[in-house]
Amino acid sequence: MTPLQVTILVLVGVGGTCVVFTRDPLRQAMVASLFGILLAIMFFVLQAPDVALSEIVVGAVALPLMILLSLAKIRGGER
Amino acid sequence: MTSRVRKVVFLVAGGMLALLLVWGLAGLPHFGAAHAVDGTMLNQVSVRERHITDVVTAVNFDYRGFDTVGEEFIFFAAVLGVALLLRPQSGEGSGHHNDFATGRAVPPTSDALRVLGLGLTPPTVLFAFYIVAHGHLTPGGGFQGGVILATGVLLIYLAGELDDLHGLYTERALERSEAIGAGGFVAVGLLGVAAGSAFLENVLPLGQLGSVFSAGMVPLINLCVGLEIAAGLVLLMTTFLHQTIVLRRLVRTRRTTTDASP
Repeated sequence: MTPLQVTILVLVGVGGTCVVFTRDPLRQAMVASLFGILLAIMFFVLQAPDVALSEIVVGAVALPLMILLSLAKIRGGER
Repeated sequence: MTSRVRKVVFLVAGGMLALLLVWGLAGLPHFGAAHAVDGTMLNQVSVRERHITDVVTAVNFDYRGFDTVGEEFIFFAAVLGVALLLRPQSGEGSGHHNDFATGRAVPPTSDALRVLGLGLTPPTVLFAFYIVAHGHLTPGGGFQGGVILATGVLLIYLAGELDDLHGLYTERALERSEAIGAGGFVAVGLLGVAAGSAFLENVLPLGQLGSVFSAGMVPLINLCVGLEIAAGLVLLMTTFLHQTIVLRRLVRTRRTTTDASP
């Protein structure tokens, strides 16, 4: 395992933990988006660029967007 | 069940699961040491047999193309389900909506976002077409290109207003593109049957290795998949945006008209 692979694997571990421990759904959507980018970098480092390309868009853009729009819909009046 | 009993049950079950996981992990091959027979073989034959330099695409759209048809229709059904669940209903747009604050205007899009979004849209769209067209040569393909194309549309929304998107496409056109993409994949597969061999068996000339117009039916399939994925994702986005923004606007116009009438 190269140092680069170790670094990104540790970062993915830390990122996943951060997603779990972020309790506010709004912030969690943002943290999950960053986690998606970390995952994409990991796939790239592990020589799976095909998966990395889809992970960037789906994990970092599409999924957080759906969460944000759903949140806006269901709890917009809380403030 | 008291919390004490619950905790004991969890600890027993969790301990057993942990044991199983550790046992399984101990039996895995070392990191980077696993070289399965199929992978090694496909790496050697796919370039010669199929004239495809991206082996991942060769596997996805040729060697196990039938599985990919299934995956396509999983996506198709998922988009269909969301569109069905979130369809505008007759009672919506009236009544109490707690996600709308009266007397507060929506803040305008900042200039920075406008410039960045509009500047990024053309390269993103171009990149998406590149990824779809070169699926059999370099990493990428219909799915990756399709999602990138959908991001381009999303950038237009971010840089402007929701109404800018309505000039770009209609929901009906999206639905049709999605259906044409999904059906096109199956139609290309049926070419093989029509030629007397199996479903998705390549019947087109393989062409010059490394050229965009090579690899037989794979670029055609990538095109269909790209169309379906892009249309499906944009349809998903439009449905969600309609739920959160358009309905809210409807309520606002109704409230202002009722406020003004008495």
